[in-house]
Amino acid sequence: MPVALLKYGLGDDFPFEDHADLPGPTALRDHYDVVIIGGGGHGVATAYYLAKYHGITNVAVLEKAYLGGGNTARNTAVIRSNYLTPEGVAFYSASVKLYEQLSNEFDFNIMYSQRGQLTLAHTDATVRAFRQRAEVNKHFGGRTELIDRQAIAELVPCLNLDPAELPVLAGLWHRDGATARHDAVAWGYARGATQRGVELHQLTEVTDIASDSGRVTGVVTNRGTVHCGCVVQAVAGHSAPLAKKAGIDLPLVAYPLQAMVTLPVKPFLNPLVSSSALHCYVQQTSRGEIVIGGGSDPYPLYQSRASLPLKESLIASAVDMFPFLSEMRLLRQWAGITDMTTDYSPIMGLSPLENYYLDAGWGTWGFKATPICGQTMAQLVASGGQVPELIQPFALDRFDRFQQVNEMGATAASH
Amino acid sequence: MTRGRLPAPFGQHIDRERPVTFTFEGETISGYAGDTVVSALLGEDRWLLSRSFKYHRPRGPLSLAGHDANTLVQTPEAANRLAEELPAEDTPVVTGQNYWGSLDKDRFSLLDRLGRFLPVGFYYRAFFKPQGIWHFWERFIRAAAGLGVANLAVQPTYSDKQYLFCDVAVIGGGPAGLNAALTAAEGGAQVLLVDENPYLGGALTYHRFDTAGTEAGPCLEQLRTAVTAHSGIRVLTDATCNAWFSDHYLPVFQGQRLFKVRARTCVLATGSSEQPVVFRNNDLPGILLCSALERLLMHHGVAPEQPLVVLAGNDAAYRTALTALDAGLTVAALVDLRPGANDPALTSALTEQGVPLYTQATVYQAEADASGTRLAAVRVHACSDEGTVGDDLAHIPCGLLAMSAGYMPAYQLACHGGAQLSYHDDRAGFSLSNLPQGMLLAGSVNSLHSLEAVCADGRNAGRAALEQLGLDAGAVEATECSERVNHPWPIFKHPKGREFVDFDEDLQIKDIINSARLGYRDIQLVKRYSTVGMGPSQGRHSALTTARLIARATDRTVSDTGVTTARPPVKPEPLGLIAGRRFHPIRRTSLHDRHLTLGAQMIPAGSWRRPGFYGRPEQRLAAIAREAQAVRSGVGMIDVSTLGGIDLRGPDAAEFLNRIYTYGFLKLPVGRTRYAVLTNEQGVVVDDGVAARLGEDHFYVTATTTGVDRVYRDMLRWNTQWRLELDIANVTSAYAAINVAGPNSRAVLEAAGCDLDLSAAGFPYLACREGQLAGLPVRLLRVGFVGELGFELHVPSLMAATLWDSLMAAGEDYDLQPFGVETQRLLRLEKGHIIVGQDTDGMSHPGEIGLNWAINNKKPFFVGGRSVTILAGQPLKRQLVGFTLGTGAPQPKEGHLVLRDGAIVGNVTSCEYSPTLDRIIGLAYAHPSDSEPGGSITIRTDDGVCVAAEVAALPFYDPDNARQTLCALKQPRPAWPAPCSRWHSRAAATRLWF
Repeated sequence: MPVALLKYGLGDDFPFEDHADLPGPTALRDHYDVVIIGGGGHGVATAYYLAKYHGITNVAVLEKAYLGGGNTARNTAVIRSNYLTPEGVAFYSASVKLYEQLSNEFDFNIMYSQRGQLTLAHTDATVRAFRQRAEVNKHFGGRTELIDRQAIAELVPCLNLDPAELPVLAGLWHRDGATARHDAVAWGYARGATQRGVELHQLTEVTDIASDSGRVTGVVTNRGTVHCGCVVQAVAGHSAPLAKKAGIDLPLVAYPLQAMVTLPVKPFLNPLVSSSALHCYVQQTSRGEIVIGGGSDPYPLYQSRASLPLKESLIASAVDMFPFLSEMRLLRQWAGITDMTTDYSPIMGLSPLENYYLDAGWGTWGFKATPICGQTMAQLVASGGQVPELIQPFALDRFDRFQQVNEMGATAASH
Repeated sequence: MTRGRLPAPFGQHIDRERPVTFTFEGETISGYAGDTVVSALLGEDRWLLSRSFKYHRPRGPLSLAGHDANTLVQTPEAANRLAEELPAEDTPVVTGQNYWGSLDKDRFSLLDRLGRFLPVGFYYRAFFKPQGIWHFWERFIRAAAGLGVANLAVQPTYSDKQYLFCDVAVIGGGPAGLNAALTAAEGGAQVLLVDENPYLGGALTYHRFDTAGTEAGPCLEQLRTAVTAHSGIRVLTDATCNAWFSDHYLPVFQGQRLFKVRARTCVLATGSSEQPVVFRNNDLPGILLCSALERLLMHHGVAPEQPLVVLAGNDAAYRTALTALDAGLTVAALVDLRPGANDPALTSALTEQGVPLYTQATVYQAEADASGTRLAAVRVHACSDEGTVGDDLAHIPCGLLAMSAGYMPAYQLACHGGAQLSYHDDRAGFSLSNLPQGMLLAGSVNSLHSLEAVCADGRNAGRAALEQLGLDAGAVEATECSERVNHPWPIFKHPKGREFVDFDEDLQIKDIINSARLGYRDIQLVKRYSTVGMGPSQGRHSALTTARLIARATDRTVSDTGVTTARPPVKPEPLGLIAGRRFHPIRRTSLHDRHLTLGAQMIPAGSWRRPGFYGRPEQRLAAIAREAQAVRSGVGMIDVSTLGGIDLRGPDAAEFLNRIYTYGFLKLPVGRTRYAVLTNEQGVVVDDGVAARLGEDHFYVTATTTGVDRVYRDMLRWNTQWRLELDIANVTSAYAAINVAGPNSRAVLEAAGCDLDLSAAGFPYLACREGQLAGLPVRLLRVGFVGELGFELHVPSLMAATLWDSLMAAGEDYDLQPFGVETQRLLRLEKGHIIVGQDTDGMSHPGEIGLNWAINNKKPFFVGGRSVTILAGQPLKRQLVGFTLGTGAPQPKEGHLVLRDGAIVGNVTSCEYSPTLDRIIGLAYAHPSDSEPGGSITIRTDDGVCVAAEVAALPFYDPDNARQTLCALKQPRPAWPAPCSRWHSRAAATRLWF
């Protein structure tokens, strides 16, 4: 048994208050150097890096509900870097590197588990695309390869290689693919940030944004107005409506994205398995539940309701891939709101307002980028607007410049 | 030991004439038809059913309603089955799950002793130093987690789905639901009544509503008879409504069928979940809810011999004690958390039968027998309403404890619809509000508990439903129920812990409180940190206690604290039923059987299957070379029926195409075709095809096989905005098409008997004609995808086989070879033609792929035009180029990268060995400054081997287009006058085609 656990067991009542992960609620002050809107993974990660690496601690993270309660709580915790574009691969690879040592960085176990991700190709067009992704990944030092049916069968013996009249032709095997306890990522960042003086205000909703002569001056909340030196917005599914309050039009469309989970069973599936043609991915959590996810709902909606048709089609695909799942029991289904860009890459960096920084357009790929987002957004804020090279390709004005970073092929239903 | 089954009225569900047996943990268990696995096991006094999730504590039944995880067992087919939902008759083999050794002696139960070292969220605090060590620990933690074992060999069994429609869906067939259904049906509504139990009646089948126990029986009899007899009510029993989706869309699971119910209104008479009292060792087998004991007695006639203690937070528990006395059980004591019963008649009824009463007292601790797996005694202490515990009052030996701390509305379906739960301190309970339109509550889900009030509430809900339907409803009855059924604080912390709040997840009082102390104060964070409510029963028995504990720990009201979001499904549901009979349609062209006869290797193309090539798989390359050779030097033909076909007719058809496609179409003469490139609003090329003008206001447009559905959809979408006057029809399946290509193609068509002038002058390149071929009406397009003289023949699908056979016969003298898609890809590559989707990606704009010639810059608008213009003004970032390599070089594969100074500049999109040219040829994106023919690009092939490929001019083959545009002709004939008018004049034939 690890020594770390002894201290809890040996005292009669371990003083948890003295070692709390998160401080209790405090009053909202009327000025902060930095206001971060959105207490999800990205928001608290930005606060964490600001506090720890840039010494900027007069920071408030404003969260309308509870810490990590949006897409940080709802995503299915896939971490990977097998993207298609050099810009995307470089960015997500840097994120994976940070993830690998995040538990130790935090002194809080996020249960980062590198189990590998297997994506199945059922058409020769997909095989071509996968080969390109494998090559791009290898070029940037990632561990990704194209593997054949035989190798797939050895990797996941319980997989049906001929699902739904769509024989598996090959697979993209991404050894760096991983999962982690998603909530713990937000908690670890929030814990590290608040311990360094950052204020996390939950149940604090930004209702308006005040600006003057091209600069943001403060935010209006349900708890009063807060003045600030600069603002970072990191609100995932609600990015466009919030930016609108600052007078900024973001080219985003919001779609619900649903996922579901079964009752837990003993481990039988190690890698994360997804199918490009069936629009379905399946993984087993460390609790033993099977998590099933797929593509976004087909219509735009700002509501995280669950629906029956999507459940039916998604589970049919999962059962096609793993026929024995038919005897397992579904426990829960839920949805998040994904803010999609046309090129399936995020919007990061500067905005038309001089001191208002954007972290948006995270669609279905936000969780895996959490650490690198925090790090780069903190650099951006700390430097007063110098955009780090890694996120320059994701600038908002790329849509005007026709310099999109197209990740559509590397994103659909593999999250 | 038990004393055999009780006589009627006990044991309503069992058929004493039909004994059944099954095995549990290898032991043979006897019961009766109608028994569940649990009731049969309890009938043999076997109470240990499972081991708990974290500490592997022994667990027995709690709710006997399928609402808890204590009875999860394993069958050979499946893990995590609820034993009270498994009929003893149909379940031959059952075992426990999640243990090491045996269920009775589980070696993992050591974890229970180590519990103090495993505080809530312990896994966040350890197992990560040094970096990477989690990988080691995770194996053990994963193996310890999980419950049952999935059988990876099982295959889905048959199940199906059925749609149902009704005016009123009544969910729950208890007294409220039965009354609601009857009232609604009598008012003229079509009613669907859904109940999860085998028999209608709900609590009427087991619960005693009055001291004498005489009310429920007649009430049930009368309601059941009336409901069953009513023609306006359809009853589904053993059926679970597992979710509420928008607009009253209700999935109902019954047996192997999923009913998808669309209701106009929806009455929730789902009842309420009885709540446990939280005290030390409240999870020992033998401790169960009052309603569970009532079910056991009334439904299954099982009467345990051990003395019973009743722990009461309300008067209902007194009535449970009376029922137990009627059944002959020994009631060792009734312990009331309150100062006493509200109804003095209950007190006297019990004392008359000699039951010792303890008031303002609680069970502070339960004690196990020597085996550690069964309740043996309880320790009773004085207590207050706030949970403080006083003097030790008694130590009572008992094997059975029935408890009731109150009720939580079965709120799940209502909350799926967005209803809110709010807590009322006066009655110490939650109630529902903010229901979606058309949803009504009735009975105890509506916080009513007396039988009279519940029945009246049901009738009122039926009336309200009628009113919503616009039917005559009648006057609303008053419903009043002042009886307080919830104890405000049935939570008794013990210094040694093990007072379980959440049985599923093994969470004790301190775990919940410590979560808040650690800063996880929001109820959602408490859930996520402690995992409370995340287990199979989704917080049914823990949500209320958790809300109370967190409210107190964070100094908030219970309402402000709330409960976590209820999400579908209500109860765990089998994936196989949701998946249903899976339907994977495959599309076959009219010529599918011809291809198979000829030995084609079929490959998928979207949902279609197409011949890849003809011949044995091991001779693939030879077959492709042979087919290619035939096209280049003789004649070949390919089934292109899968190409999309879209028919556009109307005065605005030309204007519409002019807006959709990049080229100009207004001036396209009738009888001509034009290459049609589709860009999206980002200026990216997304599809291509050929548009043939068959008349002034009639176009026939082809699209790619996999793209046509999207193209068609986009066309419809655009025209909903533009409102141009035309009809757009996707006629892909209506037509079959055959492409005859090669120097001898004209000769073959003539030999087949064609009434058209096929000469170069009479039927020039890019013309379209309509005529007769082999006696069939055929639409001909002169196109050149493979780079030879070629004709695309479009006929109604029904005629395709005849056409194919005629061409095969006519081509015999010319050695006509059918060729497949793989050969076509090679041939078009030799000709330098791109395939959209293979040689383009999500960013390819016309300039990058040499399609600027296909853009009409003069027209005012086309979809993507603005973007295309902007992109055209920017320096290219990459460009699609042709390349060649000698045959000795490693052949690049599609997807390999093009590098320049070590950086990625592009990728190979197409690459083949060309037998015609005896070289490796391909297309690749390269740096624009490397795009000049004669230059060189670096391609990294397999294993990192880089090759220098020569950039070549496109096309590789026949650069002057001599072969596809013209072929030597004996005698040019005059042009066909107004060729396409015949398509118009033959309206009857046209109709037949569609």
